[in-house]
Amino acid sequence: MELARKLAILADAAKYDASCASSGSKRSRSSKDMLGDTNGVGICHSYTPDGRCVSLLKLLLTNYCIYDCRFCVNRVSSDPPRARFTVDEVVWLTVEFYKRNYIEGLFLSSGIIQSPDYTMERLAEIARRLREVEKFNGYIHLKAIPGADPALLDRAGRHCDRLSANIELPTDEDLQSFAPEKTIETVDLTMSCIKDKRDESRAERKVSRKAPKFAPAGQSTQLIVGATPSTDTTILAQSSRLYIQHKLKRVYYSAFSPIPHADGQLPATTPPLIREHRLYQADWLMRFYGYTASEITTPDNPDLSLNLDPKHAWALRNPDFFPIDINKASRKALLRIPGIGVRNVNRIVKARKSKRLKLADLRTFRVALNRAQAFIVAADWSPPDPINDPLNHEEEKTADTLKHAPEPARTKHLHDAGTAALFGEF
Amino acid sequence: MPVPASPIHLLDPKASYDAFLTLSASLLLARTPPDAIEWNDSESGAGSLFDPTLTPDELASFPRIDEHTSRITERLGRRGKLVAHHADPDRWDLLYRIAYRLSHGRERDLLNDILDPDTRKLETLSHHVSRDMHKMKAFVRFQRVRDAEDEQYVAWHRPDHRIMRLIAPFFVGRFGAMRWTIFTPHESATWDGQSLTFAEGIPADQVNEHDQVEELWKTYYANIFNPARIKINAMVKEMPKRYWATLPEAQIIEDLLQDAPARVRRMIEAQSTSAGATPFLPPRDVPLTVLAEEAQACAGCPISEMATNTVFGEGPPNARIMLIGEQPGDEEDRAARPFVGPAGQLLNHALTAANLSREDLYITNAVKHFKYIPKGSTRLHRRANPSEIRACKPWLDREIESIDPDTIILLGATAGQSIFGAGYRLHQSRGHRLTHPNIRATIYPTIHPAKILRAPKHEQPQMLEDFIQDLRTATQSPSPS
Repeated sequence: MELARKLAILADAAKYDASCASSGSKRSRSSKDMLGDTNGVGICHSYTPDGRCVSLLKLLLTNYCIYDCRFCVNRVSSDPPRARFTVDEVVWLTVEFYKRNYIEGLFLSSGIIQSPDYTMERLAEIARRLREVEKFNGYIHLKAIPGADPALLDRAGRHCDRLSANIELPTDEDLQSFAPEKTIETVDLTMSCIKDKRDESRAERKVSRKAPKFAPAGQSTQLIVGATPSTDTTILAQSSRLYIQHKLKRVYYSAFSPIPHADGQLPATTPPLIREHRLYQADWLMRFYGYTASEITTPDNPDLSLNLDPKHAWALRNPDFFPIDINKASRKALLRIPGIGVRNVNRIVKARKSKRLKLADLRTFRVALNRAQAFIVAADWSPPDPINDPLNHEEEKTADTLKHAPEPARTKHLHDAGTAALFGEF
Repeated sequence: MPVPASPIHLLDPKASYDAFLTLSASLLLARTPPDAIEWNDSESGAGSLFDPTLTPDELASFPRIDEHTSRITERLGRRGKLVAHHADPDRWDLLYRIAYRLSHGRERDLLNDILDPDTRKLETLSHHVSRDMHKMKAFVRFQRVRDAEDEQYVAWHRPDHRIMRLIAPFFVGRFGAMRWTIFTPHESATWDGQSLTFAEGIPADQVNEHDQVEELWKTYYANIFNPARIKINAMVKEMPKRYWATLPEAQIIEDLLQDAPARVRRMIEAQSTSAGATPFLPPRDVPLTVLAEEAQACAGCPISEMATNTVFGEGPPNARIMLIGEQPGDEEDRAARPFVGPAGQLLNHALTAANLSREDLYITNAVKHFKYIPKGSTRLHRRANPSEIRACKPWLDREIESIDPDTIILLGATAGQSIFGAGYRLHQSRGHRLTHPNIRATIYPTIHPAKILRAPKHEQPQMLEDFIQDLRTATQSPSPS
């Protein structure tokens, strides 16, 4: 088969893996004949019409697979065109694309051929060839095949920047029905093996800088959303566990896409993109805003609201937490204000050293005031008082309050802010 | 006493910045207020350095001028250096104003006051330059030069600001093992493997190499994106159209967008064809003969159009044992009866050896149509794929429902996959009694007789014996209570 044809098939088959990050690893050229460097910050070399960044050459080594995961286009029982790269071809494509500045490096995954070990060995061999023969110093992300021999993971980790094992679905029940060859336990074993080897390598490198690095950019994983009935609560609890237990750098959420030849059992609809977006927002809250998974959803509403971002939803459920005085509140409290992100929290903390901040100052920082205003106190602003606000009394009289108990004014006000958020950016 | 024009050396913003710093130091020592100076950044002055009213000697005569200069450099910091490379003609005014406020305005903390207009402007302009540098790292596209003796690469890129010298070290760091030239409208940088040199810029049309690898890159780009989730605004926000001219992949965006809805339709259609035979089914509880008749008109999958006949199951409606094979072959298709070809004859032989009479059994296939590719006058058998097996499954379900046998024997992997789904593996299941939640019968997997015919001669006797033994086990062991 011609190389272009293989490339078309094996790029197409790789596109369902959401990860494309090339950050978190530093490699400078230590000898003159080395090709490339990795400077810690990822570069997106292009963007495709789905708005996604192209940073790495994302390929499958082969889309032949002995597994039968129902959500996967490459499942053994599916019938897409199949192809398999040789080691030489992947190495050549990576080097030639890199030299033209198309990519930051390679992200290589594979269908399972013969066995997890056989597959893992092929992947590790490509990384070795790139590093040792081609003197390639760009970024390499390899998929760790769950269940592969630790010795093979070790070999892979010595040459790549990131190793990641996909968990695919949040529970064993989901896996049993949709990815019968996978279990949470196998994935966990592979992840903890990677974590241990990383810890080991970092400890060694504290003693000697010459000790080899092991997957310095850490590990990530991917969860497919919308293929099974699992709730967002289940998904976020699993992510939270993975972040804590295996020190993952990222969990990627991938809305289940209509896949050619996917199993008839799965919904043939457009992918749940907003849900995916909300999960990323919730994930961000866990990693950068100090929220725990259990705060983000409630037993009554185990799924994230599609209309409201999760931070705003939390604020509406916890009106007693507000208002927050932006001139006094702790950083931690500021982070809980809807419409104010990490960057603006930093700006507020810095700017309030020189003066008491007003709404206009927040506007200068481009704070989304339509969302934030109801939750804050500024030098020239505090939200309407629930008791003395004549407007609210007026509303209570005229509003249709026969069927419903009158809402507390504060909650009402916050809900208005929620409505404003609906028309804000998704 | 306004200080007159100070043209900037356009080719080299770094030298300009150095000149600006020295000049500013002298102006600050003379306590010259910002509004008393007119900074001139006219392009017509290209080639000339700052033309301060003070000569170098006079400049040097200021006490500790170097010390003052380095203090300003330090205070303006990284952002000052970046802003010097900005295309905004007012940048020198801004930088001097800030330097003045820092040293004479008692505003030591000015750059920490992020609400101050000058501080914000400095932040904004330096952000522009950083972003421009980042985009240049991303969007430079090297082409391999044809006919060059050794590997050589060229690129043409249009940055928004004069960043060539700021960014060149990045490309040396990354592509130091290659020889290359990057052209921009204002300046070019060349790396020969040893050193970096700068020269005049050139217009875009003077770089027109064609590189075969670009075609592979476009192939990659076209296939890595998911047409089911188009977000053009997100793409354009990060990859503004002004860069598209030098990005090979951008040439095909228009085509990709036009084709995307059709690609999604194909994806969904391919998935939905699994409706299969269902629309062709008669109402429940019709006699088996009606079921067989209705099946003749089935067009639930593509292979129904190739075959001559629908080959439905045959046997007594009250049969206790049901055999399920794979799909009809050439002879079955012509005869419209299952298992009449060579594999059927072998099956008959095995049944007899197992003390079974074919007349008592219900015999059918997982797929009811013959699939083949024509080759000359013959028709070469093709195995049904998973979606075709799925499409035909409703007929098999109805047959099982109608016969309601005690025992089902699965001949080959296809039959097993039809009943148990694609995860079914014959080698794992053979020798076990299986059950299925929706089926009352006990299910026995064995091989398809055609497998014996395809095996090497010396293996055939043993395989046949095992096959007969499987049939015996299936029909002689006690039924489940």
